[in-house]
Amino acid sequence: MPALKHPQILLASNLTDGEVVFLGPSGWERDHVKARVAHDKDEAAALEAFGKAEIAANRVVDVYLADVAVGADGVPAPLHYREKMRVKGPSVRLDLGKQAAGGA
Amino acid sequence: MTAHDPSLARPNAPVTTYRYDAFDAAFVRERVAEFREQVRRRLEGKLTEDEFRPFRLMNGLYLQLHAYMLRVAIPYGTLTALQMRRLADIADKYDRGYGHFTTRQNLQYNWPKLVDTPDILEALAEVEMHAIQTSGNCIRNVTADHFSGVAPDEIEDPRPTAEFLRQWSSAHPEFSFLPRKFKIAVTGAAQDRAAIMVHDIGLAIVKNDAGEIGYKVVVGGGLGRSPFIGKVIRDFAPRADLLAYLEAIMRVYNRFGRRDNKYKARIKILVHEKGIDEVRAAVEAEFAAMDRSVFAYDPAEFDRIAAFFAPPPYETLPADSQKLRAARVEHPAFGNFVEVNVAPHKIPGYAVVTVSLKPIGGIPGDATSAQMRALAEASERFGFGELRVSHEQNIILPHVKQDDLFDLWKLLDAAGLATANAGLVSDIISCPGLDYCSLATARSIPIAQAISKRFSDLSRQRRIGKLGIKISGCINACGHHHVGAIGILGLEKKGQESYQITLGGDPTFSASIGEILGPGVTAEQAPDVIEHLVDFYLAERHEGETFIETWRRIGHARFKDVLRREGEDGADI
Ligand code: HEM
Ligand code: SF4
Repeated sequence: MPALKHPQILLASNLTDGEVVFLGPSGWERDHVKARVAHDKDEAAALEAFGKAEIAANRVVDVYLADVAVGADGVPAPLHYREKMRVKGPSVRLDLGKQAAGGA
Repeated sequence: MTAHDPSLARPNAPVTTYRYDAFDAAFVRERVAEFREQVRRRLEGKLTEDEFRPFRLMNGLYLQLHAYMLRVAIPYGTLTALQMRRLADIADKYDRGYGHFTTRQNLQYNWPKLVDTPDILEALAEVEMHAIQTSGNCIRNVTADHFSGVAPDEIEDPRPTAEFLRQWSSAHPEFSFLPRKFKIAVTGAAQDRAAIMVHDIGLAIVKNDAGEIGYKVVVGGGLGRSPFIGKVIRDFAPRADLLAYLEAIMRVYNRFGRRDNKYKARIKILVHEKGIDEVRAAVEAEFAAMDRSVFAYDPAEFDRIAAFFAPPPYETLPADSQKLRAARVEHPAFGNFVEVNVAPHKIPGYAVVTVSLKPIGGIPGDATSAQMRALAEASERFGFGELRVSHEQNIILPHVKQDDLFDLWKLLDAAGLATANAGLVSDIISCPGLDYCSLATARSIPIAQAISKRFSDLSRQRRIGKLGIKISGCINACGHHHVGAIGILGLEKKGQESYQITLGGDPTFSASIGEILGPGVTAEQAPDVIEHLVDFYLAERHEGETFIETWRRIGHARFKDVLRREGEDGADI
């Protein structure tokens, strides 16, 4: 199993409302906590292949893999500040985006 | 229901804005219907994203970091109270109760759903608004001086010209697929408030020795990855030649503009690579050879358009308002507001009011739907129902009686819109940056907020005087950082947000691009660095000098030195 530098999750934007979604064990999730984590290159490739099919099926757009660190609780946390922002919402409006629901 | 519906008419509806004719209305309605069909086919899976993207962009719909974003055109920044109310209603019904006013005098919604977009566009069409040509490689929304028609230093109101150009450029078949987007700005005043020197084409209305009105045409300005100040291609184009001359410029650009590299595709690169003389020769040759009859100038048509912008029914008033004078003395906060946010009007007894969308610590350019309604009401009660969006991301009430200023101020104050900082250090231009924008390399809003809080004392701000800070979240320069007296550019450095500071930018006729101060600073350092620069300026300035004047007089190196001394060896600044 070819190793990854960091584990990865798959992000996308939902087609109808544009909200950020994460590929979970059985489909797209709105909370990154439920994201499926790829630990090696094969798993990452499988996530990507699934994402491509989902684009073709017109359910999501803008699919890509992002590096994460997996916490002791098994929850993946993005490493780059761009995706750190995407899992929550605008840092200047805590009442908007996913963080507003008390999620992230 | 249409905007001409008598039930919507208000006793003091503005008389100084363009109104759609049957052709405009039908065109916009058709476009909405067309987009509704495209969205339907996309959702049914009959169009792929690659097929759909150009359609959505033609209707101003982007995909951003957290959601879609819809950019609504506000031609030359002019809005009626009715339109402002509709923008508020849309914000409530289809978005999150607010909108963002941009440096291109437009409005952006940050949270629309794809499925709702056709309904939003329909709601806009009902009040003669749309999102056409707010994206894509076409001639974008034409911008103009936000003090149009009321500035005492004006040669002529630039809005009829801007409207003339809007009609010419809308759905222009030859210019819908240019090498790159194209931006035109117009000013008619002695002082440039429209940043015409940094647009693809900048037009300054001028009068020649014979007393005829015409245009000084500037071409090849622009910000973004490679910033350039525009060059004069014609000192005087008579009005009769304007459309044909611009058509000639566009054709030359369309023919010779680079299409091989999107970063080199703007007309500024053509002008830079070929030189203005060669571009001018090509344009003049095209102009001489082309069939100009199709662009024949019809003075009656220009007059017809100009009539829409005729002055509102002003009253005859004394130049000085006793009521204003008394209120200023009695209410110092109001006095400060008048001193900073109120500008002279060409008609005696009236004033031009800048409503700041930059409360201390706020998000530059954002307005809640309640604030939009308060602005609509303010314009109806005190300003012939007319509003403007400035490229500085503020709202202008262009015709307020001096006698009404105090009542207006009370209304604005109650809506959180009375911050007396127009043009001062906390009146910061900022693009959305990484809080919303998918292209961003760093955040820009929190930097603006931190600086604004650092300078929260408005009396200190007044002592500092006019000082433009402009912030962009990436090299695209939507926040105009290159032309900020202090410019801040957000970048990524080793996986961290980093901010590059420039000094000496100027967006007016004396345009200049800011010079880089040194290595980037962190978000935490940014307010300190700005404060040191401001303190140094205060210590060095001569009586009455603005920041940029002091910087020009004593030179960039001295400012750089200050910072080198502040940080141990300058390494981290
Ligand atoms: C979806 C959000 C946005 C996207 C994708 C976007 C994209 C871009 C890009 C790619 C450029 C560089 C063009 C070039 O020089 O070739 C640019 C420039 C610019 N944008 Fe934006 N922008 C966005 C939001 C905004 C906002 C919010 C504003 C106003 C606050 C704005 C105003 C401008 C201006 C004034 C320029 C100036 C540079 C110039 O063309 O001379 N944009 N934008
Ligand atoms: S400057 Fe960059 S970050 Fe800011 S709005 Fe423009 S594209 Fe987005």
